[in-house]
Amino acid sequence: MSRVLVGVKRVIDYAVKVRVKPDKTGVVTDGVKHSMNPFDEIAVEEAVRMKEKKLASEVIAVSCGPTQAQETLRTALAMGADRAIHVEIAGAEYETLQPLHVAKILAKLSQDEKADIVIVGKQAIDDDSNQTAQMTAAILDWPQGTFASKVEKSDAGLTVTREIDGGLEVIKTKLPAVLSADLRLNEPRYATLPNIMKAKKKPMKKVSAKDLGVDLSPRIKVVSVEDPPVRQAGAIVPDVDTLVAKLKEGGHV
Amino acid sequence: MIRPLSLFIFNLNKQNVKTQVKFASTVLPQFSSEKYGVKRKSFGVLQPRDIDYFKSILGEDRVVTDESDVLPFNIDWIKNCRGQSKVVLKPKTTEEVSKILSYCNGKRLAVCPQGGNTGLVGGSVPVFDEIVLNFNLMNKIISLDEISGALVCESGCVLENLDDYVRERNLIMPLDLGAKGSCHIGGNVSTNAGGLRLLRYGNLHGSVLGLEAVKADGTVLDCLRTLKKDNTGYHLKHLFIGSEGTLGVVTKVAIHCPALPKAVSLGFFGVENFENILNLYKRAKTSLGEILSAFEMADNGSVSSTVKNLKLSNPISDYPFYVLVETHGSDETHDSEKLSRFLSEGMESGVIVDGTVTSEPAKMKTIWNIRESIAGAGLVEGYSFKYDVSIPLRNYYDLVELLRDRLKDHQAKVYGYGHVGDGNIHINVIVPEYTKNMYSMLEPYIFEEVAKLKGSISAEHGVGFRKPQFIHYSKDESALQLMKDLKKSMDPNGILNPYKVLPD
Ligand SMILES: Cc1cc2nc3c(=O)[nH]c(=O)nc-3n(C[C@H](O)[C@H](O)[C@H](O)COP(=O)(O)OP(=O)(O)OC[C@H]3O[C@@H](n4cnc5c(N)ncnc54)[C@H](O)[C@@H]3O)c2cc1C
Ligand SMILES: Cc1cc2nc3c(=O)[nH]c(=O)nc-3n(C[C@H](O)[C@H](O)[C@H](O)COP(=O)(O)OP(=O)(O)OC[C@H]3O[C@@H](n4cnc5c(N)ncnc54)[C@H](O)[C@@H]3O)c2cc1C
Repeated sequence: MSRVLVGVKRVIDYAVKVRVKPDKTGVVTDGVKHSMNPFDEIAVEEAVRMKEKKLASEVIAVSCGPTQAQETLRTALAMGADRAIHVEIAGAEYETLQPLHVAKILAKLSQDEKADIVIVGKQAIDDDSNQTAQMTAAILDWPQGTFASKVEKSDAGLTVTREIDGGLEVIKTKLPAVLSADLRLNEPRYATLPNIMKAKKKPMKKVSAKDLGVDLSPRIKVVSVEDPPVRQAGAIVPDVDTLVAKLKEGGHV
Repeated sequence: MIRPLSLFIFNLNKQNVKTQVKFASTVLPQFSSEKYGVKRKSFGVLQPRDIDYFKSILGEDRVVTDESDVLPFNIDWIKNCRGQSKVVLKPKTTEEVSKILSYCNGKRLAVCPQGGNTGLVGGSVPVFDEIVLNFNLMNKIISLDEISGALVCESGCVLENLDDYVRERNLIMPLDLGAKGSCHIGGNVSTNAGGLRLLRYGNLHGSVLGLEAVKADGTVLDCLRTLKKDNTGYHLKHLFIGSEGTLGVVTKVAIHCPALPKAVSLGFFGVENFENILNLYKRAKTSLGEILSAFEMADNGSVSSTVKNLKLSNPISDYPFYVLVETHGSDETHDSEKLSRFLSEGMESGVIVDGTVTSEPAKMKTIWNIRESIAGAGLVEGYSFKYDVSIPLRNYYDLVELLRDRLKDHQAKVYGYGHVGDGNIHINVIVPEYTKNMYSMLEPYIFEEVAKLKGSISAEHGVGFRKPQFIHYSKDESALQLMKDLKKSMDPNGILNPYKVLPD
């Protein structure tokens, strides 16, 4: 049976309206509600289902971030993860934390914890980088099954159905392997009350990037963060003739 | 494959009223006058010269006469009532409203004021050929005092737009209801709408600070103050709160907005029986105290049919009853301590069988969406008789059981859900299609039972077109007489929303 490591990121909740900081260095996060990255919820759900199906022996949730990342880890524990590792990264270092850093951390932890499968969300809804799974696989030199919409056990390893442009691709990988969860992989559960209570007592270990020997100096520089262009207001026209006239006027027909 | 975030759709998408209606049957409802056997009163009949006059005030575009364009304004949200109006007027200013009413009063032309048309008692659509006075274009926000929380706006502002606006400024609207994406503040005031958080923020008689209204003869009545306290003479604003457009037309509203809560949590629980809901409510009041902001219930049928019909997903498994408890507070740590004590006590005592709790906005939205969608979910299955009654808590659920028993040999599903904290239950009776027989099985039976239980036959939706003949089950003759006197004095020709609220 395998041990599964799941990466969970704390991001601005997707029901919250995101605001760009006036100095364009990033987005406002102070006092803004955060939640687990929705794709990571799918990753946790998949790992927990593997455990329920007795394909996995243990599920370890990992989050890199400030103290509040522990709330995200508690959510993963309440969903069914067995224990958690909080890689504490705060302040300026957190602001410039990039997928490469996270991948190095996950790779190191996978080795330390003797994980057989690493699952992360295909992307985080804040930076939309879509890099962590791929980089983790590269660093570990493990096979990868990204954009997974179905994961099944096969004799030698896993059969992974991937969402690709224009259809589905089915691949087989050996273990150990890295997976990234796509939207249709599963529908994540809500943490139930008894499990929320139990999660409070599950073990959570705190480590630093330094403990893991990962250098956090930034490799990418954010030049500027801007609001998307505002959509122009529409206009209601009284009839088809006016519509056609307007379209001609605008050179659209 | 990377999909842009805009395609990233869980089932959180706002299932607003418009999208729910889409599911409803496309068959046109019968004319209300025929369905309920009503006789037209001797009002004036619309003439071409009347239309010309309206166009002279409003211009061509805001006088709608095309039959297919007028149709949606003739049909109510539950597709129960259908009027025969020939014209919809869309004023933009109080002066225009005043001119229209003054003219109609002179010509004895009857008028039906209409807000977002989400009313559930047929009050918002004409019965015969009343002129529809629609407030969609009176949608300007006039001012917001961020210190006192006083918002002043025109009556056609959509509740959700107002809420979005004040939230940006750390305030919230004092009311919230499933129809928020469509209903107008003027409609809310005119129906004295209750909604999901009345328990916490009180009703509109408390939070409306002032208003501007136009009387039937066109007189503009200025009671638009933003003061919390103003004991100078009679409190006239209350005449327009809940009078459903029969005493005057509301054109502007001043309303008090409470502070945006910094900490919000939502629990959704499975409960074995109704007794335990009451038990949990008592506990919530004592252990959550001032942070309790909503306490709602729904029976199994309400939730499972909603989830099925609208393809939502239920966050917990199947239980006989569901309870939704929300808290609004100012300190997350304080609130979560209270909440976890409340939860562990609830679980240990077995009152809560299972459930989930979250303070993540997206998850809370998904859970609220289930509760808010119950009102409309039945439309997919057929015809929905809807009742909205207040019953003393001890007997809160009795009526659902009585009805199930009464209808056991019929093809009818009876669902109960509502605002437990306010003693207000909604009952949906879903049948494949409307029949006179089913109608007479339900009414006046339901109202008789409510009267026996000393409840109200209309808790928050109003009387509208559907209930004037039953109002006596809840109001004494002496009260009805004064209502009639008031109507006579404020609208002597009876042009404002006739056939509604008061019995003949
Ligand atoms: C999904 C759903 C959920 C709902 N939930 C609740 C709830 O929780 N609580 C609750 O109380 N109600 C609820 N309702 C009922 C309804 O939404 C409310 O009664 C709402 O306040 C009506 O507002 P409206 O703008 O749609 O008014 P309309 O339906 O257009 O009109 C309602 C009445 O007010 C009159 N009126 C409207 N605007 C004016 C005006 N400016 N001046 C004078 N009279 C006017 C109309 O003539 C009519 O009699 C719900 C409805 C739906 C469809
Ligand atoms: C020390 C002190 C402190 C006060 N603090 C406040 C305060 O904080 N807030 C505040 O609002 N007021 C305050 N007041 C004013 C006063 O106490 C209130 O207005 C109170 O509500 C009056 O009640 P009462 O029974 O004394 O009425 P009365 O003084 O007897 O009558 C007041 C008015 O009501 C009428 N009235 C009385 N009873 C009836 C009835 N049954 N039916 C019809 N009409 C009736 C009377 O004709 C009269 O017009 C205070 C007064 C004092 C002396």
